[in-house]
Amino acid sequence: MNLEILLLLMVLPPLAGAALNGILGRRFSQATVSLIGCGGPGLSMVFALLSAWIYSKSESQPAPFTYSYFTWIQAGQLRAEYALYYDRLTLIMTLTVTVVAFLIHLYSRGYMEHEGGYYRFFTYMNLFLFMMLTLVTAANYPLMFVGWEGVGLCSYLLIGFYFRKKSASDAGKKAFIVTRMGDAGFTVGVALLFWTFHSLDFQTVFQRVKDLPQGQFESVLTAVGLLLFLGAAGKSAQLPLYVWLPDAMEGPTPVSALIHAATMVTAGVYLVARSSIIFAHAPSALAVVGVVGCLTAFYAGTIALTQNDLKRMLAYSTISQLGYMFMGCGAGVFAAGIFHLMTHAFFKSLLFLAAGSVMHAMSGELDMRKMGGLWRKLKTTHATFLIATIAISGVPLVGAGFFSKDEILAGAYEGPLGSPFLYWLGTFTAALTAFYMFRGLCMTFYGKSHVEPETEHHLHESSYKMTIPLMVLAFFSVIAGWVSWPKAWHGSEAFDRYLDPVFGQATEALRNVSPVHVGDLGPGALMGFSILAAAIGIGVALWWYLKSTDIPEQLAERYADLYRILVHKYYVDEFYNWLIVRPLCIVSDKFLWRVVDEGAIDKVMVNGTAEGTANVGNVLRRIQSGNIPSYATWVLLGAVLWFLYIFAAHG
Amino acid sequence: MVPLSHYLALSVILFVLGAAGFIFRRNIITVFMCIELMLNAVNLAFMAFSRFLGNLDGQIFVFIVIVVAAAEAAVGLAIIIALHSNRESLNIEDVDAMKM
Repeated sequence: MNLEILLLLMVLPPLAGAALNGILGRRFSQATVSLIGCGGPGLSMVFALLSAWIYSKSESQPAPFTYSYFTWIQAGQLRAEYALYYDRLTLIMTLTVTVVAFLIHLYSRGYMEHEGGYYRFFTYMNLFLFMMLTLVTAANYPLMFVGWEGVGLCSYLLIGFYFRKKSASDAGKKAFIVTRMGDAGFTVGVALLFWTFHSLDFQTVFQRVKDLPQGQFESVLTAVGLLLFLGAAGKSAQLPLYVWLPDAMEGPTPVSALIHAATMVTAGVYLVARSSIIFAHAPSALAVVGVVGCLTAFYAGTIALTQNDLKRMLAYSTISQLGYMFMGCGAGVFAAGIFHLMTHAFFKSLLFLAAGSVMHAMSGELDMRKMGGLWRKLKTTHATFLIATIAISGVPLVGAGFFSKDEILAGAYEGPLGSPFLYWLGTFTAALTAFYMFRGLCMTFYGKSHVEPETEHHLHESSYKMTIPLMVLAFFSVIAGWVSWPKAWHGSEAFDRYLDPVFGQATEALRNVSPVHVGDLGPGALMGFSILAAAIGIGVALWWYLKSTDIPEQLAERYADLYRILVHKYYVDEFYNWLIVRPLCIVSDKFLWRVVDEGAIDKVMVNGTAEGTANVGNVLRRIQSGNIPSYATWVLLGAVLWFLYIFAAHG
Repeated sequence: MVPLSHYLALSVILFVLGAAGFIFRRNIITVFMCIELMLNAVNLAFMAFSRFLGNLDGQIFVFIVIVVAAAEAAVGLAIIIALHSNRESLNIEDVDAMKM
């Protein structure tokens, strides 16, 4: 079958599912809604696999495949088509997105069973998947922007899924508004790109950028790169726009897993990777990406150390891991960033789903201080959570995160834009990651039970509907890393070489700008340090939270100030509140509301118009005397004046 | 032969009389007759012009005016009768229901 048809068949089923469930779902039974809601993503996954197969067989690959279905916008020079783009990067993205999405949809059948709004949930989830697939398959920036905003909308709808809860609807608004700031950057960047290259089509733009001599248009491209990264930072929750993601945990857990861990938040990484050639011609913008990513990874990692809410800890962990991806891209090793994106999608969605299973068992409790010893009751959940924790902590061999994180760290050291700073901070963050993840694991599943008696009573393992997706994801969390066996172990880094046709030119261009960076450390040493970091993190966590459980409290007391800052997440929310939200509220209240709205609009314009009309009418109604002779006089007077005018005008 | 200006002068006098009566008289029937007077003043002007210019356009207008006047008389008198039977008065100042 033709690839262009397969691609449409991959993108459209979730939209059909969303339409069906959205319009008629209220009347369907839960079984029908589930069938439609999971069928769409299932079909998408099947067709994603089929298109991957057909594409890999085709003669044209590894050249990108594009097909234009119809012209969407035609205005002057601007021409945006509904066109899809398929290359090896798209292949990886679509496979990751559809597989994870399908599994999470399956899981949601169990999780949302008694939650209410069942059909609404599946409608939004399917719509989200459609938008996400549009985002990753779009062949031009405007169409990508449609997907970009579409996933933002679905994120908003799903964070505020329990809209009767004030905190949930607030969190939805916060996510929408904060990411909107980034999107402004995205739009301006795209406009600048159009202004410079007169096209927004990926192939055309990339070709034109590629043909530029290095250094030409560098300032414009740097601006474009920074603006695109601003958009990416909003969507992917990087400093300073990350504040919405922890609050996004108000949504149902499958949403956190799918949107706020595995797929949507990685859109920013995808954007940077897709525009790699632009960034390659703007090395300073790319360096900013790397440094911001690295700082975010470290920063969010430190916050995660002290969080007691299971999902919030995972949220900060997500921000931190996204920082890693940006660090990889920023160091010039885009393939490593995408590799981490893929492995992270598996193990982080697994972590969230397992957390959801815990939450389910605990009647909604998320405070890890009130858990402990759960492994006896939740055997499957515990096993899968353990596997995912191993994966994210970077345990060699059996953890997918080990391979991808190691590649990023190696790239951060010896990549085109790598530097020791990125490497050492990244490695330190790896230790933090291992520590907080095992801390969470210990607090939740091991040690003494702190579960309240009433919840203890209900404690149960989730149904197979939820555990089977967990097991499948756990399987992927183990094997996903093996696709790129590291060089230090005489591997070929097959994943990177597979993506070479996509990123090769960018890497080459970067190599031309900055000479090959040869550090003092060889690949073996680099890997050794990252293994050591993981080992220290895990060891300390096990020691503090299993053996001498009073150490953390003592530390928190001794460094009370530091602890308070971390628990309050560096007071950033408070700072933003003070800097932006409060002034805005004051201006809105005192000026926009009282002066502009009440004074100018209500008083002058609305009531003023009515009053003016009434006053004029009051004067004019005196003419309307009801007295016929006076009417006659007016008529006569009018006629006389008219004749006088005619005589005056025509002599 | 009587010159045109004489006819026009008579027409103006009749029209002004009609207009003045229309404005100042209080009896509806008088007012009504004043309207007829104005119409016929205009008719006179038309006829005079028609005769002195030597074409028939003016006469055609006169016919139209007469027809309209006849129709108006029929409707107007009917209204006056209805008015009288309702209000027991023919004073035009009593008819002010349209006043705000």
